[in-house]
This record gives sequence, structure tokens and C-alpha cells, in this order.
Amino acid sequence: MNDLIKLLDKNGLVFAFLIVSAIMYVSYYVGKKLTNNKIPGAAIAISVGLIIAYFGGEKGVASIPAFSGMAILGGSMLRDFSIVSTAMGASFTEIKKTGLVGLLCLILGTLIAFIMGGVIAYSMGYHDPKDITTIGAGACTFIVGPVTGAAIGASSAVIAISIAIGVIKSIFVTILTPFIAKRIGLDNPQTAMIFGGLVGSTSGVSAGLAATDPKLVPYGALTATFHTAMGCLLCPSVLYFIVNYFLN
Amino acid sequence: MKIYGVGILAACFLIGHIVGDMLGKAFHLTGNLGGVGFAMLLLVVGNDYFKKKNLIPTETENGILFWSTMYIPVVVAMSATQNVKAALSGGWVAILVGILATIACYLLVPVMSKWSTSLNHSKTK
Repeated sequence: MNDLIKLLDKNGLVFAFLIVSAIMYVSYYVGKKLTNNKIPGAAIAISVGLIIAYFGGEKGVASIPAFSGMAILGGSMLRDFSIVSTAMGASFTEIKKTGLVGLLCLILGTLIAFIMGGVIAYSMGYHDPKDITTIGAGACTFIVGPVTGAAIGASSAVIAISIAIGVIKSIFVTILTPFIAKRIGLDNPQTAMIFGGLVGSTSGVSAGLAATDPKLVPYGALTATFHTAMGCLLCPSVLYFIVNYFLN
Repeated sequence: MKIYGVGILAACFLIGHIVGDMLGKAFHLTGNLGGVGFAMLLLVVGNDYFKKKNLIPTETENGILFWSTMYIPVVVAMSATQNVKAALSGGWVAILVGILATIACYLLVPVMSKWSTSLNHSKTK
């Protein structure tokens, strides 16, 4: 048994290919046969991923020996690499159509998430501007939270909360998007770009769109990646100064 | 050959990250500002330009398309490696902020989308 674990750990990435393909196969089968294609296979597969992550630790299932390769396959390098490759299916004319509104969505999405986060934090007993700013930043994405917290010198407990907020947001977006896509008119490239810019969370947006309609992924992912950039830019600077101004 | 496509993809990826890194340094932040976004833009614009001139062989294109079909499996692996336990134990602040902030953004999607279509509509008139 120990030898097997060692072997799987040594060949982690290859083992991860096997695990993920098994998850995909079962999920697509269940989606097709049991839900009659009502719940997309991708959505089921992603949910299965989240559920098995719960049984792991800090790195999800990758914290369990033998499953370490999942961290390589699902790590930021391969994730970003495959996100960039989806741009191949995007049309430049569609992107240009949403240019200006898309930019506005980026700013608006950051502001709304930040204000919601800040107000809730304040009403739940956080009165230090650093804490409020970091929690508000966490409401953008789980990258903006720690980047902002580190930049303005927030405590590690608050930074941990900001990461948790971002992760909850991305999980929530992943699960919710396929179900409400029709209601918010999310069925064309332009709305996908607006959606990505407003909601942010690259992982949530791209996973949610993958489960809704894979053709929309590049459009949503494109603006969502700039959302993180916008958050990292605004939160520790302008927005922190504004919070400071109001509380002092 | 397919590897040419993978090479083009790698070049876009790295150039985008270098730009994002320089932007991050320019604003004195430890992090990459939109590297993936720049990489995507580069690939979209490049693809648009070279396709019009018919300069991309199908095999090369397939090298890139393979990775875009690997996208969902990679996302599945990514969800399986999230710190779900910590997210759920982050307390009520984390759960409330995470959910309410997201809903607020969702509500704005149809509003902005309508505005965008009316903007495009008036442009074409």
C-alpha cells in the first residue's frame, strides 16, 4: 500500500489525469442519463471536485498523499495556460463591441463588491479601516483580498477571512451561474463579458460559464482576469484612502 | 505540427505575464496585474490577424485547441484543490459577504447588458 502511494505521488500529474477523467466520465454520464441534460456534466464534475476537496486540507484533495498531482493539474500555471487557449474561440469584433461598457463594468463590479463587503464588515463589528478594506477587497476575488491585506498591513486573521470570502464567492458563482444564466440573459458574448467584468472571480466565472455554455468562457474569462487587476489596483490605494477618510 | 501551436500559446502566455508583472511593479504591488488578460488579448488579436491572411495551418491551430478542451478538466482539478473547509469555517462574515456581494453583482448584469445593446444600437443607426 505504501509503495503504491509512493508510486502515485511520484507520478502525480499522470494520476491526476486519471482521476479527473474518471470524475468527468461519471459526471457526464449522470448529467446525461439521470438529469436528462438538465444539469450540465461540467457543473456536476466541478461540484464533485468541490465536494472531494472538503475531505482534504489546505490544498483540498491535494493535501492527501497520492493525490498531490491534482495541485499541478489544477494549479495556477495550467489553469492560466488553458484559460488563455480558450481565447482562440473568441472573436475580436465581439470583444470590441463591449469595450467601453466592459471597462465600466470592471470599475463598477470592484466598487459594488468592495462596498458590500465593507458595509457588512462594519456592521458585524470590524471598525479598523485596514480590516474593512481587506474584507471589502476579499469580496472582489480571493487574490485581491490577500494582495490588499499584505499591501496595507492587515492582520493574518483578516487576510484569511478575505481569502475565505473570495473562495466562497467563486464556489457560489460556479454553482449558481448555470441555474440563473437564462434569467439574467447570459447567452451571448457581450453579456458574458459584462458578467465577467462585474462578478470578477476568474475561477468562478470561467467554471460557471463552462457549465452554462463553453462558447462563452473566453469572453467572460477575459474581463474577469482584468477584474482582479482592477481590484489589486484600486483596493489598497484609492479605496483604502476613502475608507480611512470616512472612519477618521 | 501541433507543437507550434503550443509554442505560440506559451509565447502569448509568457508575454502577457511579463506585461502584467511590469504593471504590478509600476504600481508597487506584489502581484501580476492582468497578465492572463493581456495574454488572451494577444492571442485574440493575433488569431484575428493571421486567420484573415490564412497563415495558420490547421495542425498548428489544433495544438492550441487541444488546450482549450483541457480547460474544464483543469477547472475540475482546481475545484478539487480549493480550501473548501477553510472557506466554510471562515465564519458568518465570510459567508455573508461572499454571497451578498455576488448577488449584488449578478443583479447588475441585465442592467449593464441592456445599456450595452442600446449603445451599440445607436452606433449602428
